[in-house]
Amino acid sequence: MIPLSWYLYLSAALFAIGLYGVLARKNAIAILLGIELMLNAANINLVAFWRYTDPAQMAGQVFAIIVFAVAAAEVAVGLSLVISIYRARKTVIADELDLMKW
Amino acid sequence: MTITDFSVILPVTLLTAWASILLLAELFLPRAQRPFLALLAALGLALTLGISLAQSAQEFAPGFGGMVVRDGFSNFLNVLFLLTGLFGVALSYRYNQRAQIERGEYYPLLLFSVAGMMLMGQAADLIVVFLALELLSFPLYILSAFAYPRPQSEEAGLKYFLLGAFASGFVVYGIALTFGASGSTDLARIVASVAAGSANLPLLTAGAGLLLVGFGFKVAAVPFHMWTPDVYQGAPTSVTAFMAAGAKTAGFAALLRVFGAAFPALAADLSPLMAILAAVTMLFGNLIAVAQTDMKRMLAYSSIAQAGYLLMAFAPFEIEAARTMAVAGALFYLLAYTLASFGSWGVVIALEKDLDRHLSIGDFAGLARRSPWLAAAMTVFMLSLTGLPPTLGLVGKIYLFRAVIEGGMVWLAVIGALTSVVSAFYYLRIVVNMFMREGEPAVEREWWLEFAIGAAAVVTVVVSLWPFPLFEWAEWAVMKLF
Repeated sequence: MIPLSWYLYLSAALFAIGLYGVLARKNAIAILLGIELMLNAANINLVAFWRYTDPAQMAGQVFAIIVFAVAAAEVAVGLSLVISIYRARKTVIADELDLMKW
Repeated sequence: MTITDFSVILPVTLLTAWASILLLAELFLPRAQRPFLALLAALGLALTLGISLAQSAQEFAPGFGGMVVRDGFSNFLNVLFLLTGLFGVALSYRYNQRAQIERGEYYPLLLFSVAGMMLMGQAADLIVVFLALELLSFPLYILSAFAYPRPQSEEAGLKYFLLGAFASGFVVYGIALTFGASGSTDLARIVASVAAGSANLPLLTAGAGLLLVGFGFKVAAVPFHMWTPDVYQGAPTSVTAFMAAGAKTAGFAALLRVFGAAFPALAADLSPLMAILAAVTMLFGNLIAVAQTDMKRMLAYSSIAQAGYLLMAFAPFEIEAARTMAVAGALFYLLAYTLASFGSWGVVIALEKDLDRHLSIGDFAGLARRSPWLAAAMTVFMLSLTGLPPTLGLVGKIYLFRAVIEGGMVWLAVIGALTSVVSAFYYLRIVVNMFMREGEPAVEREWWLEFAIGAAAVVTVVVSLWPFPLFEWAEWAVMKLF
């Protein structure tokens, strides 16, 4: 069996890639993609921990499913905001959305 | 499932059901009858408040296999959140008509958000903490962008959404690590596994750190505060008022519950970190607020600074007696902050005549002559936020500072006191403007708004003169927390 630590490395790498995406990309949709990667990294962790520590206890698996559902709702809210801004401003580049600066 | 399970989450269930019905009712109400929705929303909140108060006499009980709990802590917060909701409705009612954003979804979204906050206070499992966090946040993202097609509002909504979702990524990853380290997401079981020595402490510390980052965004602690001024400025003012009080209180509810109940073993590692976070937040928030001329941005930085004072409650976690006092002090201060914050945002709403032009500090000039009661109320809120007598803010600050000093962190209390002096500069500048400068501010007369502002001001002054019942309530609230 593949050792648990491999999954943890994979998920940590995925989390770091997502984090980089959020911090480095300017496009609001690319930032959203980075956030999704971070959430999915957590999901890999949850399922791996569930499988390797106590498979009889469902908490890890159930939580992963809840995270799916929440992520889907999050995308629905996020994309509608992005579309609404794009219609008015013809841009979704975060740097160009600078009406409020001090 | 038993009757107890349902009785534990009865207030949350009722409010969620009420919000759903309101959403349907909006379809059948003719446009002219829309104002009734505000009344219905207030009715639902008042009803839930009544049930919460009635339940405070009942015994503490866990529900749904320990996922949620009803204890003094959740009871105190339920009352606070429902009051937040009522204030939110009162401040929104006429403002939304003026701003032409009276759309049917507004009040249901507000109610859903309040339900999420209440669930946050009752959560006894990290899964529920996460769910509650999202339930309270999603409506706020939408509400921030509610004044579409006004571009500032849409921009505020998108910024809040992106940073909020980013923060929840940290929260989920932190919960995953905590789950891996202790084998459970249940707060009581996490404590048990730490006590039994079966938990993986480095992993648990990493998880707690990530959770702290996530909630740091929610409560707008430096260095996770950068969204706050933009979002507070761009969102409709009625939403900002609700968000400034509600979302911050809910974030602190989660922090107090999770860090107070689940990670006492980490207290030695985390309390210096918390103290530094508190000190940086107080210094940064207050110093930047001094430089602001826009009223909404100034209040945004002031709310960041207030988060710093509240974070002081986490510093004395190593000493048992100081810890209980600190958590009770935090609850007390949250109540004082909620009243003063709502009141001052209410005054901003009363003065905001032209919604596209931002209110500056100079617009307060001459308010004392034009509308003396409003100016007096604003003075009370500014004094309370500074921490001067005779207000609840002072009592709350004394409470918190005492806990910090008993916890052995005198330097933190000194920073708190010094930054309070700095904050006096920008809070009292508004008072000076109102009373000593000449000007002709245009004031909106709105009954609900004036009632809310007046109630907040009266409670802030009167309760501060005899705060002992409130002390006892706060101490009762944290009795079973540890």
